[in-house]
Amino acid sequence: MLGFAVRRIAGTVPILLILVTLSFFVIRLAPGGPFDEERGLTPQVRANLDHLYGLDRPLGVQYLHYLEGLAHGDLGLSYKLRDESVAGLIAQGFPISITVGFAALVLATLCGVPLGICAALRRRTAVDYAVTALATLAIALPPFVTGPLLALVFGLALRWLPVAGWQQGELVYLILPAVTLALPVCAAIARMMRGSLLETLSASFVRTARARGLGATRVLLRHALRPALLPVVSYLGPAATYVFTGSLVVETVFALPGTGRYLVQGALDRDYTLVMGMIILYGALTLLLNLAADLAYGWLDPRVRHD
Amino acid sequence: MIEAQALGVSAVGAPSGVRRLRENRVAVGAAVVLAGLALLAAFGPWLSPYTYDALDWRHLAVAPGFTASHWLGTDPLGYVRTLYGLRLSLLIGVLATALSVGIGVAWGALAGYVGGRTDSWMMRAVDVLYALPYLFVVIILATVFGRDSVAMLLIAIGAVGWLTMARVVRGQTLSLKRREFIEAARATGLGTTAILLRHIVPNLAGTVAVYATLTIPELITYESFLIFLGLGVQEPLASLGSLINEGARQMLTAPWMLLVPAAFLVALLLCFNLLGDGLRDALDPAAY
Repeated sequence: MLGFAVRRIAGTVPILLILVTLSFFVIRLAPGGPFDEERGLTPQVRANLDHLYGLDRPLGVQYLHYLEGLAHGDLGLSYKLRDESVAGLIAQGFPISITVGFAALVLATLCGVPLGICAALRRRTAVDYAVTALATLAIALPPFVTGPLLALVFGLALRWLPVAGWQQGELVYLILPAVTLALPVCAAIARMMRGSLLETLSASFVRTARARGLGATRVLLRHALRPALLPVVSYLGPAATYVFTGSLVVETVFALPGTGRYLVQGALDRDYTLVMGMIILYGALTLLLNLAADLAYGWLDPRVRHD
Repeated sequence: MIEAQALGVSAVGAPSGVRRLRENRVAVGAAVVLAGLALLAAFGPWLSPYTYDALDWRHLAVAPGFTASHWLGTDPLGYVRTLYGLRLSLLIGVLATALSVGIGVAWGALAGYVGGRTDSWMMRAVDVLYALPYLFVVIILATVFGRDSVAMLLIAIGAVGWLTMARVVRGQTLSLKRREFIEAARATGLGTTAILLRHIVPNLAGTVAVYATLTIPELITYESFLIFLGLGVQEPLASLGSLINEGARQMLTAPWMLLVPAAFLVALLLCFNLLGDGLRDALDPAAY
């Protein structure tokens, strides 16, 4: 298990490096630079600025310089937001983003798994059809549709929850964004859980367990549930990617002061360090969560550890 | 879904995929609705006397109804664009999917057929790309290249949609290449390219149809997602995503601006998903 974990962790480092390299060069190939919109710069001032930030040096040198800083944990200063370091901006916004993301993931799992189990156990009843139909609908609803709709219904019409905004420690502000993000993931988990549990329940070892006279609950909890959970666990990695990507939109819809807005804004402003910081942050996060899902998978299914 | 599958197994003789699909009422209904939406997108804008960049300033923020033939309403600037948005979203989804399918089939079929080290490197590349938060890469690509050009936007979106396709196609190719008719083709001295084009790819059609149908809604979502972030097509062009984005800002004063395009988008995505699921059950029962 330890060797498996070490191998998987080592495998994520080159992927992150590829991501960093790719985005570093793509964003710099783009026409324009961070100081293009500054008015009234004399050529001399402009040259000084470029020199100060190292923009006059060859691209390869800039890249190595950036990697060197990165190796020391230095993400650099923002080009556009004065007196702000990228690390500082992350420290302000990221706790909010990650709270919303994790709340959504936990909510999706806690609702999706039982719903899927119910549908599978009550196969071809109204419960099953209702869960399947709602899940199909919810998967088709992207967060940028559900977000405004939920805000319209629960914020404006019913006035139960705040329409948007964020206040530290006030959980009511968390509900709508987390539900918006959780809905499609919850639906996907419910469908997957239903499918895999149905498959497991028809497996021969479950039949054997039943033949030994075990009760339905015991068969489900002791025998069928663990293998049936495997596809769901391996889906949690992609689900995390989905949630943290979707949080870009949800943070816009609900005006949350998270880190999501910096990615697009930074890319539009050619604020190179800020974009790179965001890509590294979210890239590392998704890789980490994929890794966690893999390790959990290995823990649940001993067969994959030894391949 | 399960019903169609059960029918396929229990019926006497092997029913063709087409018949199994026809017996799936949900999928047929979805196909009909999709055809209607496509017709509406193609010809609907002609039903209205207004073009997408025309402003009807005498009817600002009109709710859907029969006022001056604004059946789907107008926005506070007097734009009448829902069907144009539908057209553009559908077009971007279909074209970007065509691009993804092209890359995915070529990549997967080549990897699967050639095999060996080439295969393992090609599939490892797919694994790496899978692990990346690729929408971030699309966002960067779209910001950098695609702000003003629909073509660049298409390429940015299409460039990420092919990964699943490549995996599925490779799997299919692996099993196809052991079949006798491929062996026979090779024995007659046909080259790799000819075998791939004439014998492997045509036999992938069913699988490709299933995953292409499921890719379209995914890519339509990506496009709308980009627009929601302020990237993608710019005014006065509109897609469903940009209309929803606009509508979300006006939802207090003109809720139909959010509800009408949202309803179209959800219908579109739902029907593609339902049809794709139905196709998968009909053509490829083993996969589910």
